[in-house]
Amino acid sequence: MVQIALGSNILGANELLARKNRKLFEQDGTLVINLMSSPGAGKTTILERSLEEITGKLKIGVIEGDLYTDQDAQRIGKKGVEVVQINTEGTCHLDAGMVNKALERLPASDYQLVFIENVGNLVCPAEFDLGEDFRVVVFSVAEGNDKLLKYPLIFREARVILLNKIDLLAYTDFSLEKFQADLAQINPSAIVFLVSGRTGEGVKAWTEWLLEEVSKKQNRF
Amino acid sequence: MHEVTLIEGVMNTVRASALEHDIVRITRVKLVIGKLSMALPDSLQFAFQVLGEQDDLFRGAQLEIEEQEIQCRCSDCQQEFVVDKDYRFVCNFCNGVNVEIIRGRELYIDHYEGDKN
Repeated sequence: MVQIALGSNILGANELLARKNRKLFEQDGTLVINLMSSPGAGKTTILERSLEEITGKLKIGVIEGDLYTDQDAQRIGKKGVEVVQINTEGTCHLDAGMVNKALERLPASDYQLVFIENVGNLVCPAEFDLGEDFRVVVFSVAEGNDKLLKYPLIFREARVILLNKIDLLAYTDFSLEKFQADLAQINPSAIVFLVSGRTGEGVKAWTEWLLEEVSKKQNRF
Repeated sequence: MHEVTLIEGVMNTVRASALEHDIVRITRVKLVIGKLSMALPDSLQFAFQVLGEQDDLFRGAQLEIEEQEIQCRCSDCQQEFVVDKDYRFVCNFCNGVNVEIIRGRELYIDHYEGDKN
């Protein structure tokens, strides 16, 4: 019997590719966002609303992750931006390799802002660095307060949380105070925007913040 | 569900190393998994069993998983503390929120054992 010490990171291969992606994004100062949420939280609707606010102001590309369909890519394509579809064929998350491949069809240098819409899932996507600048989690009041503590990693690692479906606040037991108190423990520096994909409320505040981030990155490179 | 992907990664890494060391049969693999990682030990075991059965190198091998507590260091007062299931990333000593996670996100292969031909 032989024992071999390894100490090697299981996600090492992904992290290598994520670094490669990040380097590509830095060449031309492209701001890249990894958009994550559970299924049905409203990622695509919020993305549509955000694009309505900012298309025409800058060059935007979208990478759409989905298990099997291109339904979301079709919706986003109607907003006048370039979209590339990744079908993960059953895999529950995007990884850096898939994004790297998508970049062959959507060269990052052509865009100032790239959204990567991840597969709807609060668990697995959190583990995979795609090379993004930061992570945005769309979380909806319909999901209930308990999700923050049930899926701490995704909420801990988010720079921005878009609390969606606030138009439903009066019809659910969701407590905004509890949400804020939990977030103050898990991720006190997260930036929160209250939004509604249905009414469009709050989307402008978020996109204005985002546009500032785009110019900050442009100025750095 | 990404546990299958993770175990595939484990098996690829171990396979490459086994080849280098002329190891023809793996008997045990030990992983260290941080409690903040979203990988479930039971699901990792299941994936290892299922994938191992279809693989000559790994058939019958045992998977050992050591779970690593979430440990933080406060950037304000430099004290270290453990974070438990309430996921309170706030300093136990000074209530500071500039907290760095130093352990708990691990996902690595510590070592493996096997037989040479």
